[in-house]
Amino acid sequence: MTETVAGREIGSARRRSEDARLITGRTQWTDNLQLPGMCHVAFLRSPYAHARITGVDAAEARQRPGVVAVFTGADLADEQGSLPCAWPVTEDMRHPDHPPMAVDHVRYVGEPVACVVARDRYAAADALEAIDVDYEPLTPVLDMEQAVADGADLVHADLGTNSSYTWVFENGDLDAALRDAPVLIERRYVQQRLIPTAMEPRAVVCAPEGDGFTLWSATQIPHILRLMLATVTGIPEHRLRVIAPDVGGGFGSKLQVYGEEVLALLLARRLGRPIKWTESRSEGNLTVHHGRDQIQRLTLAAERDGTIRGLKVDLLADMGAYLMLVTPGIPLLGAFMFNGIYKMDAYSFTCTGVFTNKTPTDAYRGAGRPEATFAIERLMDELAAELDLDPIEVRRRNWIRHEEFPYDTIAGLTYDSGNYEAATDKALHLFEYDTLRAEQADRRERRDPVQLGIGVSTFTEMCGLAPSRVLGSLSYGAGGWEHASVRVLPSGKVEVVTGSSAHGQGHETAWAQITADRLGVPFEDVRVLHGDTSVSPKGMDTYGSRSLAVGGIALVNACDKVVDKARRVAAHLLEAAEEDLEFTGGRFSVRGVPDQARTIQEVALAAFAAHDLPDGVEPSLDSDATFDPDNFSFPHGTHLCAVEVDTETGFVRIRSYVAVDDVGLVVNPLIVEGQVHGGLAQGIAQALYEEAVYDAEGNLTTTTMADYLIPSAADLPHFVTDRTETPATTNPLGVKGVGEAGTIASTPAVVNAIVDALRPYGVRDVPMPCTPERVWRALNEQEGSA
Amino acid sequence: MPRVRIKVDGVTYEDEVEPRLLLVHYLRERLGKVGTPVGCDTTNCGACTVLLDGLSVKSCSVLAVQADGREITTVEGLGPGGELHPMQRAFHTEHALQCGFCTPGMIMASIDLLRENADPSEAEIREGLEGNLCRCTGYQNIVRAVRRAAEEMRQAPEREVTS
Amino acid sequence: MIPAGFEYVRPESVDEAVSALAEAGEDAKVLAGGQSLMPLLRMRLAYPEVLVDLDRVAELREIRDLGDALFIGAMATHHQVMRDPLVRRHAPLIAQATATVADPATRHRGTFGGALAHADPAGDLPAVALALDAVCNVRSARGSRDVPAADFFVDWLTSALEPDELLTGVTVPKLGPGWGTHYEKFHRTAQSWAVVGVACAVRRERDAVADVRVALTNMGAAPVRATAVERSLEGVPVSDGAFRSAAEHAADGTAPPGDLHGSPDYRAHLAQVLTRRALTAASAR
Repeated sequence: MTETVAGREIGSARRRSEDARLITGRTQWTDNLQLPGMCHVAFLRSPYAHARITGVDAAEARQRPGVVAVFTGADLADEQGSLPCAWPVTEDMRHPDHPPMAVDHVRYVGEPVACVVARDRYAAADALEAIDVDYEPLTPVLDMEQAVADGADLVHADLGTNSSYTWVFENGDLDAALRDAPVLIERRYVQQRLIPTAMEPRAVVCAPEGDGFTLWSATQIPHILRLMLATVTGIPEHRLRVIAPDVGGGFGSKLQVYGEEVLALLLARRLGRPIKWTESRSEGNLTVHHGRDQIQRLTLAAERDGTIRGLKVDLLADMGAYLMLVTPGIPLLGAFMFNGIYKMDAYSFTCTGVFTNKTPTDAYRGAGRPEATFAIERLMDELAAELDLDPIEVRRRNWIRHEEFPYDTIAGLTYDSGNYEAATDKALHLFEYDTLRAEQADRRERRDPVQLGIGVSTFTEMCGLAPSRVLGSLSYGAGGWEHASVRVLPSGKVEVVTGSSAHGQGHETAWAQITADRLGVPFEDVRVLHGDTSVSPKGMDTYGSRSLAVGGIALVNACDKVVDKARRVAAHLLEAAEEDLEFTGGRFSVRGVPDQARTIQEVALAAFAAHDLPDGVEPSLDSDATFDPDNFSFPHGTHLCAVEVDTETGFVRIRSYVAVDDVGLVVNPLIVEGQVHGGLAQGIAQALYEEAVYDAEGNLTTTTMADYLIPSAADLPHFVTDRTETPATTNPLGVKGVGEAGTIASTPAVVNAIVDALRPYGVRDVPMPCTPERVWRALNEQEGSA
Repeated sequence: MPRVRIKVDGVTYEDEVEPRLLLVHYLRERLGKVGTPVGCDTTNCGACTVLLDGLSVKSCSVLAVQADGREITTVEGLGPGGELHPMQRAFHTEHALQCGFCTPGMIMASIDLLRENADPSEAEIREGLEGNLCRCTGYQNIVRAVRRAAEEMRQAPEREVTS
Repeated sequence: MIPAGFEYVRPESVDEAVSALAEAGEDAKVLAGGQSLMPLLRMRLAYPEVLVDLDRVAELREIRDLGDALFIGAMATHHQVMRDPLVRRHAPLIAQATATVADPATRHRGTFGGALAHADPAGDLPAVALALDAVCNVRSARGSRDVPAADFFVDWLTSALEPDELLTGVTVPKLGPGWGTHYEKFHRTAQSWAVVGVACAVRRERDAVADVRVALTNMGAAPVRATAVERSLEGVPVSDGAFRSAAEHAADGTAPPGDLHGSPDYRAHLAQVLTRRALTAASAR
């Protein structure tokens, strides 16, 4: 049950503790590390999307100045193992070997084929050019629909197919719905391939230390990485320490076990000295896992009054050339979300994972849920247009009403709480919906070359990944719990250790806020430690908007255990019964005798000295706890976007954007707002700017930031953000998670707005990203056919 | 190898450098000034922005040898005596950073922006920062921070100190 | 990424620079700000053996009034050019277009002459130089010559400069009274290159077009004048209709490239729309 804590820290807009080092340049990025004797490694990468390696000549490179060693895939074949996939989604999933460095085949441009270890990065880069690799090119497989057709060329010849798996979920009588419903909306949408583009390129440093190795990496997942490095290399887990120092953004791209991390460890072992690798941006665009990349075939069945009967979803999901850590599971995270916030009688979801000769895909902000949300929110607008209803109205007729929670959805989830009416009403008010509709009508009337469009997205998502038993039922290789420990030091200062691994989210601040309130200590007295497996022994790391909804609750539990223990000690010191003690503001006092009291700091010192502890109480005031949620959390909200479309050039300008999000209780409104802003930017970027493009030979043509367009401040609008607060009922704080909401919600809001602007011209879709040329073409095709 | 004499954050250094050594690598790897990071290969991201004789430049597209005889200010050289520059304070107050990787460059570019225009509009700030990419914040709080710093620096211009 | 090694020469005068170039031969590159060249070096798309850095050739930074023309030194930075009072007064088209080049930090290093000598058809300034009938002043150890902008941009990333030649500056005829100019740039994001750009200068006499020049960015391997547009407007009364029908010829005779940001036929369409807009804006001044 929800126990909303309204302390003085929780809910306050604390400025972040992290900032002190980040605004002064006193950061510790992995690439900053310089260790005695450290060598730099550089990788030679395949220029072919698909080829057989017939020979590698590294003799000349070995003679280059400053070169310590050169290794090919063959040199490391016996020890490099295969990169892990922790999510075998079906029993018969085809899962090819994935050597960290290619041995005899390359299957995407950028796959490493050899490496140079040298005294500095300049020497390493120079020597790469002296390595000669002979390739026998093979036909690349680049198109998913062709890849699953009969007679297709194969990415992995030994698998006999390009299909990795087909995963099905069905509920209700969809055939009946499709047969009987008077309205069928059939669409094919493409979720283009995206490059996550965290600002910090990947970097890894590995040093032999004592009888083991310490590995620093720009990773979101130090704990999972340690386990996987042990599994892949056979080096015992307890001989490995993994540190995620300051990490410059991830967005899912650093939720991975990369070949370069494994190889850095192997090279450090081979050479007995520290090894550093730092990627360049263009190398990263080729080799950091990509996101999205789905072809969606959708059929929505509805009554003429707009009531949805059922939804059929048929996906092809591009895995790329190999299955990486959670590659096959990403599209399935969307399986439970295609129904959105709507009620329906029948639902069918089929997803086929397809191998292609492209960079592997995996989690990117939202991971499966943006794709699903886009589909249903676009379909709702199409349904509204088909029935000549307002898009808000058609949603109202179908969404789960606030009094219907908890609600078991057609996709098998139980939404614990929500209030779609409240969020929508607030958003409509802030947006001045009716005024903008009037302006739209006026521009249409005038045939203004700049048309106005309004897009709606009433989204929900599942986050707080995840109940371990649910993950188990989906064959995921690990649990979804999180760990925290709290130590009240003898001086009364507090150290918090979290298994969550922040890389921009502000845990050091938010966790201190929670702790300050739960323990009644000053915010400044709390220090939060994370991202080092020797400091934080247990953890499941940071992804899937899980940190607060899972890790935050573990922290609450750990704090509460500390208070319980302190209560026993305090009762003993005060010679009072535990049940007679009140704990407020960090002070235990005897009910009715307020001056008989001990502060938690005094109790901590007494517990440290241990001169006089009650029987059975161990010295020191600390505790740890884990939390494994019973359910996901379900943030939701209503986003409204107005765009101006220049019908002459196809250029789209976002005129206004309103986001009302319901993320449950808010620990730090500043951090929440920042997460929403950043999420919006990335979701809008999918709608308008970003796409990883391959040419006919399988070369990525968007390897630099000059070609893969990341929006700047000048390209994005001012956002109006607000919140409603419907607490989650599945955790004691009532929190839900906010890391992905903005990204999930905004893409369909923008595309809906563009299509809305152009609907009078007969346009009913513009493929993403909605570049000026695509908008212009959509208009032109209509005019041509009219 | 050419010999260079470069003043960085108030300290003069003399070094022999390979001509091809990028200024940012000189700062990071020779001087240990790791506060200035590298985010791309093509001068797009701006993470490596520093001031060269008071003007913003992307230190990944300047050779160390080109900085010979010049003065460089990095984010580490702002606000001497441990005091924060008003721009740094404003970034903190307005929550204008998340992961913080773009922040050094963003702060240096923002300082340069105010040197040109002490009272920029929101649109001018957005355009002025077009060469600095951030993936976390959606820029809104960065814009707020620059406005806040502008206001503060207009009121107390003597605080505008860059080493 | 990291440049391959090269020899570095830093002359302090034009004479030193041209003799360095003469000595270095075919494998030399001039570093004139480096905002295009440095990324090429880092990506190892260029491998010069010698880099001749003009950074310290002070005489090349000058902007001078020549009476009926301006001289803009090749090493005048974008930052300097867009603020220069002479440029703003006598060649506002250059100031306006320069302000759209890249971003402030890049404009602090990038130079006017560097942008022209790089001869990138997607660059904004080559089309501007073409529209203004600018003349490129070229020096080498062999002597000097003047190359009209119309002959300077030869092909993709190829100018009329010989390996031993240096662009020292550009002479830009002043536009007299009655002229209006405009640069209309279309790009996908603020920082990205022009998909298409249109540089336009119009001289009105009473209500008619007395003189008009239109040059196009990124509509071929080199910047190109839209001569069909120019011809169809001479002496024509200024009107939306006249501009609209003239602009329909904007892409005549061009061979626009196709790339990630636009196909050839989209660029041809854009050229028409942007030319109309540029004509309208230029003639409104």
